[in-house]
Amino acid sequence: MIDVHGLTKTFGNGVHAVNGVDFSVAPGEIVGFLGANGAGKTTTMRMLTTLLTPTSGTAAIAGHDLLSDPRGVRRSIGYVSQSGGINPVNPLGDELELQAMLYGMRRREARARITETLETLRLTGMENLPGGALSGGQRRRFDIAFSLLHRPPVLFLDEPTTGLDPQSRAELWEHIRSLGLTVFLSTHYLEEAEALCDRLLVIDSGRIAAQGTPAEIKGERTLTEAFMEIAS
Amino acid sequence: MRDTWLIFRHDARIMLRHKFGILISAAQPLFFLVLFGPIFATIGTWETLVPGLIIQLGLLSAGLAGFGVVFDWRSGVLERLRVTPAGRLSLLLGRVLTNAFTLVIQTVLLVAVAYAIGLRAPVAGVVAGLLLVIVLGVSLAALSYAAAMRLNEHLFAPVMMTAVWPLMLLSGTFLPMSMAPAWLNTLSYASPFRYVLEAMRELFAGHYATGTVGIGVLVVALFAAVSLTIGNRVFSRANA
Repeated sequence: MIDVHGLTKTFGNGVHAVNGVDFSVAPGEIVGFLGANGAGKTTTMRMLTTLLTPTSGTAAIAGHDLLSDPRGVRRSIGYVSQSGGINPVNPLGDELELQAMLYGMRRREARARITETLETLRLTGMENLPGGALSGGQRRRFDIAFSLLHRPPVLFLDEPTTGLDPQSRAELWEHIRSLGLTVFLSTHYLEEAEALCDRLLVIDSGRIAAQGTPAEIKGERTLTEAFMEIAS
Repeated sequence: MRDTWLIFRHDARIMLRHKFGILISAAQPLFFLVLFGPIFATIGTWETLVPGLIIQLGLLSAGLAGFGVVFDWRSGVLERLRVTPAGRLSLLLGRVLTNAFTLVIQTVLLVAVAYAIGLRAPVAGVVAGLLLVIVLGVSLAALSYAAAMRLNEHLFAPVMMTAVWPLMLLSGTFLPMSMAPAWLNTLSYASPFRYVLEAMRELFAGHYATGTVGIGVLVVALFAAVSLTIGNRVFSRANA
């Protein structure tokens, strides 16, 4: 579902943020993307979601080439950035409707899809609120609702649970797992990644330093110990 | 096209909900109209003053539109929209058209108040002037976005609030540049707003097919092309 070959991003200041990354994600897999701050997680994520142009390398997402068919990629993915994308002032319903219609839906279809999506995420009845009225956990669920409106086969989530209380985190994970989609997500919560991801990728200084199932990566150590060793 | 319309409709609906916002960003030219206009009218005509205040309004309303985009940028909304299949140019155009629409509403308000206290411009001239205002509004908003996304956010407000004043004064907003000493008059030819303003004054005086109007239209069109090119470049490239 995601195939990445030699993906590289060198910024103008000469920093190799991502330095020749290769990996693939199978349909229906939930893959956790781990790495210290500044290791290249967000840069990789932003390249795969068409927000940054790679310096070199290629990637195909749901069969669409990242460079030659960015619109095809955008149609096939949902993306929630680290900071989310909720307007604090406008009613959430209006924002959701615009989002759905930008994917080509007509208004009636958009409304039906919004109702359905909010039900799935247990957010029904909140569409008249402004984004600023939400709790942290609700905000995150709305972020995910925005990214799911067009029913993409692939979801990219950049630190979706950061800053949430343990209960909201557990709830969010439950939602993510129940979607049955291909999910590529970054996180700093190693225990969660271990318990909930099918596979893990560890990035360090712009390169993939380890990949495999949580059990394969940690061996005899705890995941935290393994992570500290890989990412140092 | 559809994307541009969707963004415009969404943003315009929100803009219309905030009526006080529309009024407050038109307040400065309205103060000039009501509190300075009657003095100006003793030496000049309302038909000379009002187009000047429209330029002032354009600079203060559409010219400061960049504030709004910074807000959407920081809240992540812009990035969310960028991952949809909507064209990048549509994301810009839908917004700047909303800013131009706001400017039109404010201009109609300003002209209506002006009519009430003494302006006697022909309707055709005012309508033609409004067309210039639309194009000017789109251009100023696009430039304002580019500035807002390139400047440090702490600098944007003071820089823009300062920049609009020489632009206003050099266009002859309050007094026609023909009254200025030669050096100042010459300098003012560097401001695109001078040409637009002079064209608008002609239109408000009921003179349509003149060279001044032609030059004004040409300058506005060129200004729009340059502004939208810059706006699009910065808007498409900027990383949130």
